Amino acid sequence: MEVSEVSKNNKLLIDGVPFAVENVSFVKPGKGRAIYHLKLRNLMTGVLSEPTYHSGDKFDEASITVRDMQFLYEEHGHYHFMDTGSFEQYIMDETIVGDKKFYLKDSLGVQVMMWEERPIDLILPKAVELKVVETESSMKGATVTAQQKLAKMETGLEIGVPAFIKEGEVLRINTLTGSYVERVVG
Amino acid sequence: MGLERLVARKANLIRRAEILRLTRGFFHERRFLEVETPQLAAAPIPEAYIEPVATERGFLLPSPELYMKPLLAAGYGDIFQICRVFRKGEKGAQHREEFTLLEYYRTGAGYLDLAAETEELIVYLAESLNGSTLLCYQGRTIDLTPPWPRLSVKEAFMDACGWDPVTIDDPERFDFELATKVASMLPDRPLVLYDFPTKMASLARLKPGDSRVAERTEIFIGGLELANIFSELTDAEEQRKRFKAEIELAADQGRKVDMPEDFIEALKELPEAAGGALGIDRLVMLLCDAASIEEVLAFPG
Repeated sequence: MEVSEVSKNNKLLIDGVPFAVENVSFVKPGKGRAIYHLKLRNLMTGVLSEPTYHSGDKFDEASITVRDMQFLYEEHGHYHFMDTGSFEQYIMDETIVGDKKFYLKDSLGVQVMMWEERPIDLILPKAVELKVVETESSMKGATVTAQQKLAKMETGLEIGVPAFIKEGEVLRINTLTGSYVERVVG
Repeated sequence: MGLERLVARKANLIRRAEILRLTRGFFHERRFLEVETPQLAAAPIPEAYIEPVATERGFLLPSPELYMKPLLAAGYGDIFQICRVFRKGEKGAQHREEFTLLEYYRTGAGYLDLAAETEELIVYLAESLNGSTLLCYQGRTIDLTPPWPRLSVKEAFMDACGWDPVTIDDPERFDFELATKVASMLPDRPLVLYDFPTKMASLARLKPGDSRVAERTEIFIGGLELANIFSELTDAEEQRKRFKAEIELAADQGRKVDMPEDFIEALKELPEAAGGALGIDRLVMLLCDAASIEEVLAFPG
């Protein structure tokens, strides 16, 4: 595609590397050449760059798909997932999974961004439910309002929770902010 | 259709109408004749980096110059027009493919005379609308008190970019740094830039005594490129030569552009004149303190 057709959220393949377009700004002196400032995110490394292109510059589109998968297990820093449509298994490296590993409990349904047949990014559900494995017992006589204490979840995630939460309870946790949402009853 | 959007834009659009009314009044007062010319034509003026919008029968014009100069050649005197023009592929915070241009010609005048008259127009608009020559644009106060600073292209580039585009031939770097550095080099004052390298002024007269530059001037305010003004080239043969260069540059980009023979023929009768083109949408942006062109259009596309 020509640079003039590039818009936000397009995925481009530049020198063999997939990039996501986060912003396009068009600059042009009245009588002169058009200039396109792109804001690109390298989908392999996450690094942002802001290169400049001219009218007529062309790109290949990176074929990026998002597939529904299920988390299976982790072994030596390799995370195994299964495509719930094709039952194919894929392995994602710890470098790609990053801190999202703290939300991966067995059989969690996730989305995986694929570049051709390579998993390049993990998209978590907005919230996940995790069990509390360790928390300080709430202090006697302390008011409950705005009282937070530390709790450790089954995946190793540590977050602040209200004082009334007990070990063994299941909590809903926002995966974007890493914060407590509510207690799951039942 | 978002009616909420239209309601939110109403104050800007009322001010836009006021700016158009005042602008017409300014030119009528000075005995300019308001003209209308076709927007659809068989062939536009060859320009390397301005692409017209093609239709089933001809092109939507990127500028009314094609038809206004023959009117000038036929003796209509000082003329102006406010019309829609079209430039393919131009879309951004300061660009739309369809936009409104004020095009005006003053006979017997040179480019710097018309720049001074354009300065008077903008000061008149600001004073009529705000009662002041101090303008607030995007968090900055811009002082419109005349006379505005005037810098040659050479001085401005030496100052803002550290090189001289008149002696160093690098059109690509020129365009880029004009838009990104020079346009906003005086954040608190308008900038009148003059004497462009000949290559960047295909329809302007060469400066007597220095053929490396042409008599073209541009006005920038608040980082917005507002108006482009030439001493019009009246030498038909020189114009043919310059168009040939533009046609070749367009061909390099895969565009076939024809030589406008009727236009060149009309140039033989063109009186000495200066012509200007001012982007009405950007002028409205400036006077409405709008960051983006879409804030001053009812239907920005």
